[in-house]
Amino acid sequence: MSEFILSGLHLNKFYTQRSGRFGFGSTIVKALDDVTVGLKPATTLAVVGESGSGKSTLARCLLQLQPLDGGEVLFQGLNLAKISPAELRKQRRYLQMIFQDPFASLNPRMKVGEIVGEGLLIHGLGSNAEQQQKVIRMLKRVGLTEADMQKYPHEFSGGQRQRIGIARALVLEPKVVVCDEPVSALDVSIQAQILLLLKELQQEMSLSYLFISHDLRVVRHIADEVAVLYQGKLVEQGSVEQIYNNPAQQYTRNLLNAIPGRQQAA
Amino acid sequence: MPAQAPSRLLVNNVSFSLQSGKTTCVVGESGSGKSLTALSVMGLLSRQLKRTQGRIVFQGQDIAGFSNDQMRDIRGKRIGMIFQEPMTSLNPVLTVGYQIGESLTVHLGLKGQALKTRIAELLEQVGIPASRADSYPDELSGGQRQRVMIAMSIACEPAMLIADEPTTALDVTVQAQILKLLDELKTRMNMGMLFITHDFGVVADIADDVVVMFRGEIVESGPVTEVLKNPQHPYTKALLDCVPDAEGKKPLKPIDYAWLNKDVAA
Repeated sequence: MSEFILSGLHLNKFYTQRSGRFGFGSTIVKALDDVTVGLKPATTLAVVGESGSGKSTLARCLLQLQPLDGGEVLFQGLNLAKISPAELRKQRRYLQMIFQDPFASLNPRMKVGEIVGEGLLIHGLGSNAEQQQKVIRMLKRVGLTEADMQKYPHEFSGGQRQRIGIARALVLEPKVVVCDEPVSALDVSIQAQILLLLKELQQEMSLSYLFISHDLRVVRHIADEVAVLYQGKLVEQGSVEQIYNNPAQQYTRNLLNAIPGRQQAA
Repeated sequence: MPAQAPSRLLVNNVSFSLQSGKTTCVVGESGSGKSLTALSVMGLLSRQLKRTQGRIVFQGQDIAGFSNDQMRDIRGKRIGMIFQEPMTSLNPVLTVGYQIGESLTVHLGLKGQALKTRIAELLEQVGIPASRADSYPDELSGGQRQRVMIAMSIACEPAMLIADEPTTALDVTVQAQILKLLDELKTRMNMGMLFITHDFGVVADIADDVVVMFRGEIVESGPVTEVLKNPQHPYTKALLDCVPDAEGKKPLKPIDYAWLNKDVAA
Protein backbone atom coordinates (compact mmCIF):
# COMPACT_ATOMS: atom_id res chain seq x y z
CA MET A 1 0.00 0.00 0.00
CA SER A 2 2.99 2.25 -0.49
CA GLU A 3 1.28 4.19 -3.27
CA PHE A 4 -0.72 5.98 -0.56
CA ILE A 5 0.62 8.80 1.58
CA LEU A 6 -2.10 8.23 4.16
CA SER A 7 -4.25 5.18 4.43
CA GLY A 8 -6.70 3.76 6.91
CA LEU A 9 -6.99 -0.01 7.05
CA HIS A 10 -10.04 -1.74 8.49
CA LEU A 11 -10.93 1.20 10.69
CA ASN A 12 -13.50 0.61 13.38
CA LYS A 13 -15.00 3.12 15.74
CA PHE A 14 -17.93 2.41 18.03
CA TYR A 15 -20.00 4.61 20.24
CA THR A 16 -22.26 3.33 22.94
CA GLN A 17 -25.56 5.08 23.02
CA ARG A 18 -27.94 5.00 25.92
CA SER A 19 -31.25 3.59 24.91
CA GLY A 20 -34.41 2.08 26.28
CA ARG A 21 -36.42 3.41 29.17
CA PHE A 22 -34.55 6.14 31.08
CA GLY A 23 -31.42 5.26 29.13
CA PHE A 24 -30.64 2.19 31.22
CA GLY A 25 -30.00 0.07 28.19
CA SER A 26 -27.23 0.67 25.72
CA THR A 27 -26.79 0.01 22.06
CA ILE A 28 -23.59 0.15 20.07
CA VAL A 29 -23.48 2.54 17.15
CA LYS A 30 -20.91 1.67 14.54
CA ALA A 31 -19.62 5.04 13.41
CA LEU A 32 -16.95 3.35 11.30
CA ASP A 33 -17.43 -0.24 10.32
CA ASP A 34 -14.35 -1.81 8.74
CA VAL A 35 -13.55 1.19 6.55
CA THR A 36 -10.46 1.07 4.33
CA VAL A 37 -9.46 4.17 2.38
CA GLY A 38 -6.26 5.42 0.78
CA LEU A 39 -5.07 8.90 -0.16
CA LYS A 40 -2.51 9.20 -2.96
CA PRO A 41 0.18 11.90 -2.74
CA ALA A 42 -0.70 15.32 -4.16
CA THR A 43 -4.27 14.31 -4.96
CA THR A 44 -7.66 14.96 -3.43
CA LEU A 45 -9.77 12.21 -1.96
CA ALA A 46 -13.31 13.37 -1.28
CA VAL A 47 -15.35 11.64 1.38
CA VAL A 48 -19.06 12.05 0.75
CA GLY A 49 -22.15 10.90 2.58
CA GLU A 50 -25.18 12.15 4.44
CA SER A 51 -25.23 13.46 8.01
CA GLY A 52 -24.32 10.69 10.39
CA SER A 53 -22.59 8.58 7.74
CA GLY A 54 -19.26 8.81 9.56
CA LYS A 55 -17.43 11.32 7.34
CA SER A 56 -16.14 13.50 10.15
CA THR A 57 -15.43 10.53 12.41
CA LEU A 58 -13.28 9.08 9.64
CA ALA A 59 -11.34 12.32 9.33
CA ARG A 60 -10.83 12.65 13.05
CA CYS A 61 -9.74 9.05 13.40
CA LEU A 62 -7.27 9.32 10.53
CA LEU A 63 -5.66 12.32 12.23
CA GLN A 64 -5.74 10.54 15.60
CA LEU A 65 -7.89 13.25 17.09
CA GLN A 66 -10.06 10.40 18.29
CA PRO A 67 -8.83 6.99 19.38
CA LEU A 68 -9.75 4.08 17.11
CA ASP A 69 -11.41 0.89 18.27
CA GLY A 70 -9.59 -1.09 15.65
CA GLY A 71 -7.55 -0.76 12.50
CA GLU A 72 -4.36 0.90 11.37
CA VAL A 73 -3.58 4.36 10.08
CA LEU A 74 -0.48 4.42 7.93
CA PHE A 75 1.22 7.75 7.23
CA GLN A 76 4.44 7.46 5.25
CA GLY A 77 4.99 3.98 6.63
CA LEU A 78 4.26 4.90 10.27
CA ASN A 79 1.28 3.38 12.03
CA LEU A 80 -0.13 6.45 13.73
CA ALA A 81 -2.36 4.36 15.96
CA LYS A 82 0.67 2.70 17.54
CA ILE A 83 3.43 5.31 17.84
CA SER A 84 4.15 7.13 21.09
CA PRO A 85 2.36 10.40 21.89
CA ALA A 86 5.64 12.30 21.59
CA GLU A 87 6.32 10.87 18.15
CA LEU A 88 2.72 11.55 17.12
CA ARG A 89 3.10 15.17 18.18
CA LYS A 90 6.07 15.52 15.85
CA GLN A 91 4.06 14.09 12.98
CA ARG A 92 1.13 16.41 13.57
CA ARG A 93 2.96 19.16 11.77
CA TYR A 94 2.49 17.18 8.56
CA LEU A 95 -1.17 16.42 9.23
CA GLN A 96 -3.26 19.54 9.33
CA MET A 97 -6.93 20.31 9.31
CA ILE A 98 -9.20 23.02 7.92
CA PHE A 99 -12.51 23.24 9.70
CA GLN A 100 -16.05 23.80 8.58
CA ASP A 101 -17.21 26.72 10.64
CA PRO A 102 -14.98 29.74 10.17
CA PHE A 103 -16.79 31.44 13.05
CA ALA A 104 -16.20 28.77 15.66
CA SER A 105 -12.76 27.47 14.74
CA LEU A 106 -10.68 30.59 15.43
CA ASN A 107 -9.96 31.70 18.99
CA PRO A 108 -11.68 35.08 19.37
CA ARG A 109 -9.10 36.29 21.91
CA MET A 110 -6.07 35.73 19.74
CA LYS A 111 -4.82 38.02 17.02
CA VAL A 112 -4.59 36.59 13.54
CA GLY A 113 -0.80 36.71 13.65
CA GLU A 114 -0.81 34.62 16.84
CA ILE A 115 -3.34 32.14 15.45
CA VAL A 116 -1.36 31.54 12.28
CA GLY A 117 2.01 31.56 14.04
CA GLU A 118 1.07 29.29 16.93
CA GLY A 119 1.87 26.06 15.11
CA LEU A 120 5.34 27.32 14.20
CA LEU A 121 5.93 28.26 17.81
CA ILE A 122 4.79 24.90 19.15
CA HIS A 123 6.89 22.93 16.70
CA GLY A 124 9.83 25.30 17.17
CA LEU A 125 10.30 25.91 13.49
CA GLY A 126 12.83 28.70 12.88
CA SER A 127 13.75 31.79 14.86
CA ASN A 128 11.22 34.42 15.87
CA ALA A 129 12.03 36.55 12.86
CA GLU A 130 11.78 33.60 10.50
CA GLN A 131 8.43 32.60 11.95
CA GLN A 132 7.22 36.15 11.54
CA GLN A 133 8.29 36.14 7.90
CA LYS A 134 6.58 32.80 7.26
CA VAL A 135 3.32 34.04 8.75
CA ILE A 136 3.41 37.18 6.64
CA ARG A 137 4.20 35.24 3.47
CA MET A 138 1.40 32.78 4.14
CA LEU A 139 -1.17 35.47 4.90
CA LYS A 140 -0.28 37.28 1.69
CA ARG A 141 -0.51 34.02 -0.23
CA VAL A 142 -4.07 33.42 0.92
CA GLY A 143 -5.10 36.96 0.02
CA LEU A 144 -4.72 38.80 3.32
CA THR A 145 -2.28 41.55 4.28
CA GLU A 146 0.51 42.01 6.79
CA ALA A 147 -1.63 44.51 8.68
CA ASP A 148 -4.25 41.81 9.25
CA MET A 149 -1.86 40.13 11.73
CA GLN A 150 -2.82 42.67 14.38
CA LYS A 151 -6.56 42.13 13.98
CA TYR A 152 -8.95 39.77 15.74
CA PRO A 153 -11.06 37.14 13.97
CA HIS A 154 -14.33 39.02 14.50
CA GLU A 155 -13.07 41.79 12.25
CA PHE A 156 -13.20 39.49 9.23
CA SER A 157 -15.95 38.14 7.00
CA GLY A 158 -16.70 34.41 6.73
CA GLY A 159 -14.63 33.98 3.58
CA GLN A 160 -11.68 35.87 5.06
CA ARG A 161 -11.83 33.77 8.21
CA GLN A 162 -11.70 30.64 6.14
CA ARG A 163 -8.57 32.10 4.52
CA ILE A 164 -7.10 32.56 8.01
CA GLY A 165 -7.94 28.92 8.76
CA ILE A 166 -6.18 27.86 5.58
CA ALA A 167 -3.11 29.96 6.41
CA ARG A 168 -3.03 28.48 9.91
CA ALA A 169 -3.01 24.94 8.52
CA LEU A 170 -0.60 25.50 5.65
CA VAL A 171 2.04 27.63 7.34
CA LEU A 172 3.48 24.41 8.78
CA GLU A 173 4.01 23.05 5.26
CA PRO A 174 2.00 19.90 5.91
CA LYS A 175 1.77 16.92 3.62
CA VAL A 176 -1.81 15.93 4.31
CA VAL A 177 -4.61 18.40 4.92
CA VAL A 178 -8.03 17.28 6.04
CA CYS A 179 -10.66 19.76 4.89
CA ASP A 180 -13.87 19.16 6.83
CA GLU A 181 -16.65 20.85 4.82
CA PRO A 182 -14.48 23.93 4.30
CA VAL A 183 -16.94 25.74 2.04
CA SER A 184 -20.37 24.60 3.17
CA ALA A 185 -20.90 27.63 5.40
CA LEU A 186 -20.04 30.09 2.61
CA ASP A 187 -21.97 31.83 -0.16
CA VAL A 188 -21.42 30.40 -3.63
CA SER A 189 -19.30 33.32 -4.81
CA ILE A 190 -17.00 32.99 -1.79
CA GLN A 191 -17.11 29.21 -2.11
CA ALA A 192 -15.70 29.47 -5.63
CA GLN A 193 -12.85 31.71 -4.42
CA ILE A 194 -11.89 29.34 -1.63
CA LEU A 195 -12.08 26.23 -3.83
CA LEU A 196 -9.79 27.84 -6.40
CA LEU A 197 -7.38 28.94 -3.67
CA LEU A 198 -7.26 25.40 -2.27
CA LYS A 199 -6.54 23.99 -5.73
CA GLU A 200 -3.74 26.48 -6.41
CA LEU A 201 -2.14 25.80 -3.05
CA GLN A 202 -2.35 22.08 -3.64
CA GLN A 203 -0.27 22.43 -6.79
CA GLU A 204 2.24 24.85 -5.29
CA MET A 205 2.86 22.84 -2.14
CA SER A 206 2.00 19.35 -3.51
CA LEU A 207 -0.55 18.83 -0.77
CA SER A 208 -2.75 15.80 -0.38
CA TYR A 209 -6.31 16.67 0.57
CA LEU A 210 -8.86 14.56 2.33
CA PHE A 211 -11.91 16.60 1.43
CA ILE A 212 -15.08 15.99 3.39
CA SER A 213 -18.27 17.27 1.85
CA HIS A 214 -21.93 16.57 1.41
CA ASP A 215 -22.11 18.73 -1.71
CA LEU A 216 -21.57 16.51 -4.70
CA ARG A 217 -21.24 19.43 -7.07
CA VAL A 218 -18.28 20.79 -5.11
CA VAL A 219 -16.74 17.33 -4.94
CA ARG A 220 -17.01 16.89 -8.69
CA HIS A 221 -14.85 19.96 -9.03
CA ILE A 222 -12.13 19.42 -6.53
CA ALA A 223 -11.70 15.67 -6.15
CA ASP A 224 -9.55 13.14 -7.98
CA GLU A 225 -11.02 10.22 -6.09
CA VAL A 226 -14.24 9.80 -4.16
CA ALA A 227 -15.13 7.56 -1.25
CA VAL A 228 -18.82 7.16 -0.47
CA LEU A 229 -19.84 6.43 3.11
CA TYR A 230 -23.22 5.25 4.30
CA GLN A 231 -24.03 4.46 7.94
CA GLY A 232 -20.39 3.96 8.82
CA LYS A 233 -19.63 1.64 5.94
CA LEU A 234 -17.61 2.36 2.83
CA VAL A 235 -20.01 1.97 -0.10
CA GLU A 236 -17.40 2.42 -2.81
CA GLN A 237 -14.20 4.26 -3.64
CA GLY A 238 -13.09 5.17 -7.13
CA SER A 239 -11.98 7.92 -9.45
CA VAL A 240 -14.27 10.90 -9.85
CA GLU A 241 -15.21 9.92 -13.41
CA GLN A 242 -15.98 6.38 -12.39
CA ILE A 243 -18.16 7.35 -9.44
CA TYR A 244 -20.09 10.06 -11.28
CA ASN A 245 -20.47 8.41 -14.66
CA ASN A 246 -20.62 4.79 -13.73
CA PRO A 247 -21.46 4.25 -10.06
CA ALA A 248 -21.37 0.63 -9.03
CA GLN A 249 -23.72 0.88 -6.07
CA GLN A 250 -27.38 1.80 -5.88
CA TYR A 251 -26.78 4.08 -2.91
CA THR A 252 -24.30 6.17 -4.90
CA ARG A 253 -26.84 6.42 -7.71
CA ASN A 254 -29.51 7.66 -5.28
CA LEU A 255 -27.11 10.25 -3.94
CA LEU A 256 -26.22 11.49 -7.42
CA ASN A 257 -29.88 11.66 -8.47
CA ALA A 258 -30.60 13.90 -5.51
CA ILE A 259 -28.23 16.65 -6.70
CA PRO A 260 -30.46 19.65 -7.30
CA GLY A 261 -30.58 20.98 -10.85
CA ARG A 262 -29.07 17.85 -12.36
CA GLN A 263 -31.88 17.09 -14.81
CA GLN A 264 -31.73 20.56 -16.29
CA ALA A 265 -27.97 20.53 -16.59
CA ALA A 266 -27.94 17.25 -18.48
CA MET B 1 -40.72 47.85 -0.84
CA PRO B 2 -37.85 49.51 0.94
CA ALA B 3 -37.40 48.52 4.56
CA GLN B 4 -35.62 51.23 6.45
CA ALA B 5 -33.27 50.90 9.36
CA PRO B 6 -32.32 54.11 11.21
CA SER B 7 -30.82 55.51 8.06
CA ARG B 8 -30.01 52.75 5.64
CA LEU B 9 -32.20 51.32 2.95
CA LEU B 10 -31.99 47.56 3.23
CA VAL B 11 -34.33 46.56 0.47
CA ASN B 12 -34.90 49.08 -2.26
CA ASN B 13 -37.58 49.23 -4.90
CA VAL B 14 -38.25 45.53 -5.13
CA SER B 15 -41.20 44.51 -7.27
CA PHE B 16 -42.30 41.10 -8.38
CA SER B 17 -45.47 39.15 -8.85
CA LEU B 18 -46.57 35.63 -8.17
CA GLN B 19 -49.32 33.62 -9.82
CA SER B 20 -51.47 30.89 -8.30
CA GLY B 21 -50.07 27.46 -8.95
CA LYS B 22 -46.66 28.87 -9.87
CA THR B 23 -43.35 29.04 -8.03
CA THR B 24 -41.26 32.16 -7.92
CA CYS B 25 -37.76 31.71 -6.54
CA VAL B 26 -35.90 34.57 -4.91
CA VAL B 27 -32.16 33.91 -5.09
CA GLY B 28 -29.23 35.88 -3.79
CA GLU B 29 -26.31 35.69 -1.41
CA SER B 30 -26.33 36.35 2.33
CA GLY B 31 -27.43 39.87 3.06
CA SER B 32 -29.03 40.47 -0.31
CA GLY B 33 -32.44 41.05 1.26
CA LYS B 34 -34.18 37.79 0.32
CA SER B 35 -35.55 37.04 3.76
CA LEU B 36 -36.36 40.66 4.55
CA THR B 37 -38.52 40.77 1.46
CA ALA B 38 -40.40 37.67 2.53
CA LEU B 39 -40.84 38.81 6.13
CA SER B 40 -42.05 42.15 4.90
CA VAL B 41 -44.78 40.49 2.81
CA MET B 42 -45.92 38.67 5.93
CA GLY B 43 -45.75 41.82 8.07
CA LEU B 44 -43.20 40.12 10.29
CA LEU B 45 -40.40 42.66 10.23
CA SER B 46 -38.83 43.33 13.61
CA ARG B 47 -39.69 46.58 15.36
CA GLN B 48 -36.51 48.34 14.32
CA LEU B 49 -37.35 47.86 10.68
CA LYS B 50 -40.12 49.53 8.78
CA ARG B 51 -41.58 49.19 5.37
CA THR B 52 -41.51 52.82 4.29
CA GLN B 53 -42.94 52.59 0.85
CA GLY B 54 -44.57 50.19 -1.51
CA ARG B 55 -47.65 48.10 -1.95
CA ILE B 56 -48.29 44.43 -1.40
CA VAL B 57 -51.26 43.37 -3.43
CA PHE B 58 -52.61 39.99 -2.39
CA GLN B 59 -55.77 38.71 -4.07
CA GLY B 60 -56.70 42.21 -5.16
CA GLN B 61 -56.18 43.85 -1.74
CA ASP B 62 -53.28 46.05 -0.73
CA ILE B 63 -52.22 44.37 2.50
CA ALA B 64 -49.31 46.74 3.12
CA GLY B 65 -51.57 49.07 5.07
CA PHE B 66 -53.28 46.34 7.08
CA SER B 67 -53.32 46.54 10.87
CA ASN B 68 -51.97 43.74 13.01
CA ASP B 69 -55.47 42.40 13.54
CA GLN B 70 -56.15 42.31 9.85
CA MET B 71 -52.78 40.67 9.16
CA ARG B 72 -53.53 37.98 11.73
CA ASP B 73 -56.38 36.87 9.54
CA ILE B 74 -54.06 36.52 6.58
CA ARG B 75 -50.97 35.09 8.23
CA GLY B 76 -51.20 31.34 8.55
CA LYS B 77 -54.66 31.26 6.99
CA ARG B 78 -54.33 32.75 3.54
CA ILE B 79 -50.54 32.94 3.41
CA GLY B 80 -48.58 30.07 4.93
CA MET B 81 -44.93 30.21 5.81
CA ILE B 82 -42.16 27.63 6.19
CA PHE B 83 -38.90 28.51 7.89
CA GLN B 84 -35.38 27.28 7.34
CA GLU B 85 -34.62 25.51 10.59
CA PRO B 86 -37.06 22.72 11.33
CA MET B 87 -35.29 22.19 14.66
CA THR B 88 -35.79 25.66 16.08
CA SER B 89 -39.15 26.61 14.62
CA LEU B 90 -41.12 23.86 16.32
CA ASN B 91 -41.99 24.05 20.00
CA PRO B 92 -40.20 21.17 21.76
CA VAL B 93 -42.73 20.75 24.58
CA LEU B 94 -45.83 20.36 22.45
CA THR B 95 -46.79 17.36 20.31
CA VAL B 96 -46.64 17.91 16.58
CA GLY B 97 -50.36 17.17 16.32
CA TYR B 98 -51.11 20.00 18.72
CA GLN B 99 -48.88 22.39 16.80
CA ILE B 100 -50.53 21.54 13.50
CA GLY B 101 -53.97 21.86 15.10
CA GLU B 102 -53.31 25.28 16.59
CA SER B 103 -53.94 27.25 13.45
CA LEU B 104 -56.94 25.07 12.58
CA THR B 105 -58.55 26.01 15.88
CA VAL B 106 -57.64 29.68 15.67
CA HIS B 107 -58.56 30.28 12.06
CA LEU B 108 -61.21 27.70 11.27
CA GLY B 109 -62.61 26.95 14.73
CA LEU B 110 -62.10 23.21 14.38
CA LYS B 111 -62.49 21.20 17.60
CA GLY B 112 -62.69 17.65 18.92
CA GLN B 113 -62.99 14.82 16.43
CA ALA B 114 -63.11 17.10 13.37
CA LEU B 115 -59.81 18.59 14.43
CA LYS B 116 -58.24 15.17 14.98
CA THR B 117 -59.38 13.94 11.59
CA ARG B 118 -58.01 17.00 9.84
CA ILE B 119 -54.63 16.68 11.60
CA ALA B 120 -54.43 13.03 10.56
CA GLU B 121 -55.29 14.02 6.99
CA LEU B 122 -52.58 16.68 6.90
CA LEU B 123 -49.93 14.34 8.26
CA GLU B 124 -50.81 11.73 5.62
CA GLN B 125 -50.60 14.43 2.96
CA VAL B 126 -47.02 15.27 3.85
CA GLY B 127 -46.06 11.62 4.12
CA ILE B 128 -46.02 11.04 7.89
CA PRO B 129 -48.12 8.27 9.48
CA ALA B 130 -51.11 9.79 11.29
CA SER B 131 -50.11 7.99 14.48
CA ARG B 132 -47.16 10.39 14.73
CA ALA B 133 -49.51 13.19 15.82
CA ASP B 134 -48.70 12.35 19.45
CA SER B 135 -44.93 12.54 18.92
CA TYR B 136 -42.77 15.39 20.11
CA PRO B 137 -40.44 17.16 17.65
CA ASP B 138 -37.31 15.56 19.09
CA GLU B 139 -38.67 12.12 18.21
CA LEU B 140 -38.66 12.99 14.52
CA SER B 141 -35.81 13.27 12.02
CA GLY B 142 -34.90 16.57 10.36
CA GLY B 143 -36.80 15.69 7.20
CA GLN B 144 -39.88 14.65 9.15
CA ARG B 145 -39.79 17.88 11.15
CA GLN B 146 -39.71 19.84 7.94
CA ARG B 147 -42.70 17.79 6.76
CA VAL B 148 -44.51 18.75 9.96
CA MET B 149 -43.68 22.40 9.27
CA ILE B 150 -45.17 21.99 5.81
CA ALA B 151 -48.31 20.38 7.25
CA MET B 152 -48.68 23.37 9.61
CA SER B 153 -48.25 25.87 6.82
CA ILE B 154 -50.82 24.29 4.50
CA ALA B 155 -53.31 23.46 7.28
CA CYS B 156 -55.74 26.24 6.34
CA GLU B 157 -55.23 25.72 2.61
CA PRO B 158 -53.58 29.08 2.02
CA ALA B 159 -53.60 30.67 -1.40
CA MET B 160 -49.93 31.38 -1.08
CA LEU B 161 -46.96 29.78 0.59
CA ILE B 162 -43.70 31.47 1.53
CA ALA B 163 -40.82 29.05 1.97
CA ASP B 164 -37.64 30.58 3.37
CA GLU B 165 -34.76 28.20 2.56
CA PRO B 166 -36.83 25.19 3.64
CA THR B 167 -34.27 22.60 2.57
CA THR B 168 -30.97 24.29 3.37
CA ALA B 169 -30.47 22.38 6.63
CA LEU B 170 -31.26 18.99 5.10
CA ASP B 171 -29.26 16.24 3.41
CA VAL B 172 -29.46 16.18 -0.39
CA THR B 173 -31.55 13.03 -0.58
CA VAL B 174 -34.04 14.42 1.94
CA GLN B 175 -33.95 17.77 0.18
CA ALA B 176 -34.98 16.11 -3.07
CA GLN B 177 -37.98 14.48 -1.31
CA ILE B 178 -39.10 17.73 0.31
CA LEU B 179 -38.81 19.68 -2.94
CA LYS B 180 -40.92 17.06 -4.68
CA LEU B 181 -43.52 17.19 -1.92
CA LEU B 182 -43.75 20.99 -2.06
CA ASP B 183 -44.10 20.91 -5.82
CA GLU B 184 -46.91 18.34 -5.65
CA LEU B 185 -48.78 20.26 -2.94
CA LYS B 186 -48.44 23.48 -4.87
CA THR B 187 -50.00 21.91 -7.97
CA ARG B 188 -52.71 20.03 -6.10
CA MET B 189 -53.81 23.03 -4.02
CA ASN B 190 -53.11 25.59 -6.74
CA MET B 191 -50.98 27.64 -4.36
CA GLY B 192 -48.60 30.36 -5.38
CA MET B 193 -45.22 29.63 -3.85
CA LEU B 194 -42.58 32.21 -3.01
CA PHE B 195 -39.43 30.18 -2.53
CA ILE B 196 -36.32 31.73 -1.09
CA THR B 197 -33.01 30.00 -1.68
CA HIS B 198 -29.35 30.58 -2.40
CA ASP B 199 -28.96 27.38 -4.40
CA PHE B 200 -29.24 27.64 -8.17
CA GLY B 201 -29.64 23.88 -8.43
CA VAL B 202 -32.81 24.09 -6.36
CA VAL B 203 -33.99 26.99 -8.50
CA ALA B 204 -33.53 24.95 -11.66
CA ASP B 205 -35.54 22.12 -10.12
CA ILE B 206 -38.64 23.89 -8.87
CA ALA B 207 -38.97 27.48 -10.09
CA ASP B 208 -41.25 28.79 -12.81
CA ASP B 209 -39.98 32.32 -12.40
CA VAL B 210 -36.87 33.60 -10.71
CA VAL B 211 -35.90 36.88 -9.08
CA VAL B 212 -32.21 37.56 -8.48
CA MET B 213 -31.39 39.94 -5.63
CA PHE B 214 -28.11 41.71 -4.98
CA ARG B 215 -27.51 44.21 -2.18
CA GLY B 216 -31.19 44.80 -1.57
CA GLU B 217 -32.22 45.28 -5.15
CA ILE B 218 -33.56 43.06 -7.87
CA VAL B 219 -30.99 42.84 -10.60
CA GLU B 220 -32.86 40.47 -12.84
CA SER B 221 -36.11 38.57 -13.01
CA GLY B 222 -37.95 36.43 -15.49
CA PRO B 223 -38.87 32.86 -16.42
CA VAL B 224 -36.41 30.39 -14.97
CA THR B 225 -35.13 28.97 -18.25
CA GLU B 226 -34.33 32.42 -19.61
CA VAL B 227 -32.54 33.67 -16.52
CA LEU B 228 -30.48 30.50 -16.03
CA LYS B 229 -29.62 29.87 -19.67
CA ASN B 230 -29.26 33.42 -20.83
CA PRO B 231 -28.59 35.77 -17.90
CA GLN B 232 -28.59 39.45 -18.82
CA HIS B 233 -27.22 41.18 -15.75
CA PRO B 234 -23.46 40.94 -15.05
CA TYR B 235 -24.10 39.93 -11.43
CA THR B 236 -26.34 37.03 -12.44
CA LYS B 237 -23.74 35.89 -14.95
CA ALA B 238 -20.94 36.14 -12.41
CA LEU B 239 -22.97 34.33 -9.76
CA LEU B 240 -23.84 31.49 -12.13
CA ASP B 241 -20.16 31.15 -13.00
CA CYS B 242 -19.46 30.46 -9.31
CA VAL B 243 -21.85 27.53 -9.12
CA PRO B 244 -20.10 24.21 -9.57
CA ASP B 245 -22.01 22.03 -12.04
CA ALA B 246 -22.70 18.37 -11.42
CA GLU B 247 -20.70 17.33 -14.47
CA GLY B 248 -17.56 19.21 -13.41
CA LYS B 249 -16.94 20.44 -16.95
CA LYS B 250 -17.24 24.13 -16.29
CA PRO B 251 -14.30 25.94 -14.68
CA LEU B 252 -15.18 27.92 -11.57
CA LYS B 253 -14.83 31.66 -11.83
CA PRO B 254 -15.01 33.76 -8.68
CA ILE B 255 -16.77 37.10 -8.80
CA ASP B 256 -14.56 40.05 -9.59
CA TYR B 257 -16.24 42.61 -7.38
CA ALA B 258 -14.16 45.56 -8.56
CA TRP B 259 -15.25 44.88 -12.11
CA LEU B 260 -18.82 44.28 -11.04
CA ASN B 261 -19.08 47.50 -9.05
CA LYS B 262 -17.91 49.46 -12.04
CA ASP B 263 -20.38 47.66 -14.24
CA VAL B 264 -23.31 48.13 -11.89
CA ALA B 265 -22.58 51.81 -11.54
CA ALA B 266 -22.42 52.24 -15.30
